Amino acid sequence: MGQTLFDKIWDAHVVSSNEGFPDILYIDTHFIHEVTSPQAFDGLRTRGLPVFRPKQTVATADHNVPTIDQHLPIKEELSRYQVDMLTKNCKEFGIELYGLGHPYQGIVHVIGPELGITRPGGTYVCGDSHTSTHGAFGAIAFGIGTSQVEQVMATQCLLQSRPKRMKIEVNGTLQKGVGAKDIILYIIAQISAAGGTGYAVEYAGDTIRSLSMEGRMTICNMSIEMGARCGLIAPDETTINYVKGREFAPKGEEWDKAVAYWQTLHSDEDATFDSVLSFRAEDIEPMITYGTNPGMGIGVTQHVPQTASFEAKEQGSYKKALDYMGLHDDETLLGKPIDYVFIGSCTNSRIEDLRQVAEFVKGRHKADNVTVWVVPGSKQVQEQAIREGLDKIFDAAGFPLREPGCSACLGMNEDKIPAGKYCVSTSNRNFEGRQGPNSRTFLASPLTAAASAITGKVTDIRTFLSESELV
Amino acid sequence: MATKIFKHIQTSVVPLPIENIDTDQIIPARFLKATTRDGFGNNLFRDWRFDGDDNPKQDFVLNNPNYSGKILVAGKNFGCGSSREHAAWAIADYGFDAVVSSFFADIFKGNALNNGLLPVQVSEDFLKKIFDAVYADEHAVVEIDLVDQFIRLVATGEQESFEVNPYKKACMTNGYDDIDYILSKKETIAEFEAQR
Repeated sequence: MGQTLFDKIWDAHVVSSNEGFPDILYIDTHFIHEVTSPQAFDGLRTRGLPVFRPKQTVATADHNVPTIDQHLPIKEELSRYQVDMLTKNCKEFGIELYGLGHPYQGIVHVIGPELGITRPGGTYVCGDSHTSTHGAFGAIAFGIGTSQVEQVMATQCLLQSRPKRMKIEVNGTLQKGVGAKDIILYIIAQISAAGGTGYAVEYAGDTIRSLSMEGRMTICNMSIEMGARCGLIAPDETTINYVKGREFAPKGEEWDKAVAYWQTLHSDEDATFDSVLSFRAEDIEPMITYGTNPGMGIGVTQHVPQTASFEAKEQGSYKKALDYMGLHDDETLLGKPIDYVFIGSCTNSRIEDLRQVAEFVKGRHKADNVTVWVVPGSKQVQEQAIREGLDKIFDAAGFPLREPGCSACLGMNEDKIPAGKYCVSTSNRNFEGRQGPNSRTFLASPLTAAASAITGKVTDIRTFLSESELV
Repeated sequence: MATKIFKHIQTSVVPLPIENIDTDQIIPARFLKATTRDGFGNNLFRDWRFDGDDNPKQDFVLNNPNYSGKILVAGKNFGCGSSREHAAWAIADYGFDAVVSSFFADIFKGNALNNGLLPVQVSEDFLKKIFDAVYADEHAVVEIDLVDQFIRLVATGEQESFEVNPYKKACMTNGYDDIDYILSKKETIAEFEAQR
């Protein structure tokens, strides 16, 4: 019987498999950052252990870092301490650190792929749930807790039970103005924030196949928002062309060998999945969330659902979410005034996202009632944007280009959305307080966010299409 | 290293009948700046528990003196979102030994098990029975037995069995730790690396 892509990669990384125990899975690269690693390093010290394979461990500082004046010391004491601790730990344990000021610094899930560290067929973990991003290359990649970070540091392996396999197919032609972010928000809205729990999800179909690597990363990034263990997409020419020539990508003969292997990485025709779902690209509108989990999303022209449409036991949680968001049954979000627009995060901060936004805002200006932050995913993205002159376009539009980091995605650094304010955000989570205490988040695509910044209210990007050739 | 041993508890419970409780609610990101594992219980459910001036919100269950106990009972899809193990640390540090829900998010479940905090997944029906029991009598006692894998409402004797990974069960009932087990396989790991 044929095998799924997931099983092929998993089997190639099983160190040992014992009845009654989880498999011991070999990890090719362990990414670490300042927030979820200090307790793991402490654990190693207590046990008197080194990092087993420091050369397969890559560190960066991203969650706590400010996104302006990065050359100055971090103002917030605890943030500075945590970042300094990472520097000290990396030095002590011999780990390469792309810290603040390093040309490779950035959000961990942006730098792995752009440096050619993330490759087809590999296994990647990080103490961060959005590690699922790396699955876009046809890899197994998932987030882990700090005890597991310590486990991987100590052994380069992880005890892990094999999840079930799900295939999600999207076929057909996307409407203009609809992109990867809308696809994944649509899927999550259809199957709920728990619909993928227990599964490794392979995305397939001609619509997925037509996406760039950046788009595929956006899709896989949000796999965790439906609860999936990981998301992955079979590698193809798009993948190989993206990896080729990158800093740490294989070169010469090794490259040829690697490509030959990568070309075998697809689910066999007769492979069986535990669950298969299919969606039509034509059904997908520009999406926006209205609630406090990423499954609470609608097409931008649709109305917020009625409380009565939910089962009785779900109504309390639903009402709580609407109250938090300051919304009511049947309301339409279209035209709702907003206060902030955040373009960034590991979901949408890559050069393609910035190019798309710049192209749209060129010659336009943000509305007076909106503060806009554009935060590149890495130092390399920032520099590329400047080389291409995107920073000037952004400046003219009132969209200042900041410095790289997780920024307003998670309310941990200086970039927070104030209480009660509405933010159209290209990030991945609309949980209560996610962008700052009592902040209110509408998740959307970079284009929807940019169009909303221009009008000052929630906007259907398609209304601009007649005057724009660019979308 | 030895971890906390869990075999059996019998205690009153704290009801939190909200669905999709994400780890940002359990412990908001701004409290993740500590570099040790201690003290996170003070900020458990911070923004539901305290207002912007740090005053306790009287309508939140952890501030209600009528409810106490070692078991937190919550709506489905508990622990979704961020992989932060700090969420499990916060719940355990506050004093809970188990969380009961009709569905758990994957990463949270693993993190809880690695910290001696038992996630007990029950049916929707049984979850409702627990909520009904505790709202009828805030001192309603629930028994959880990990060895025989059942959860029981003591007053009525109604009970349900629950699933747990046999390896993790052995770890929790004996205080074993994943790293000790996997370290014992280091030679096999080195052989695997040599063959690649």
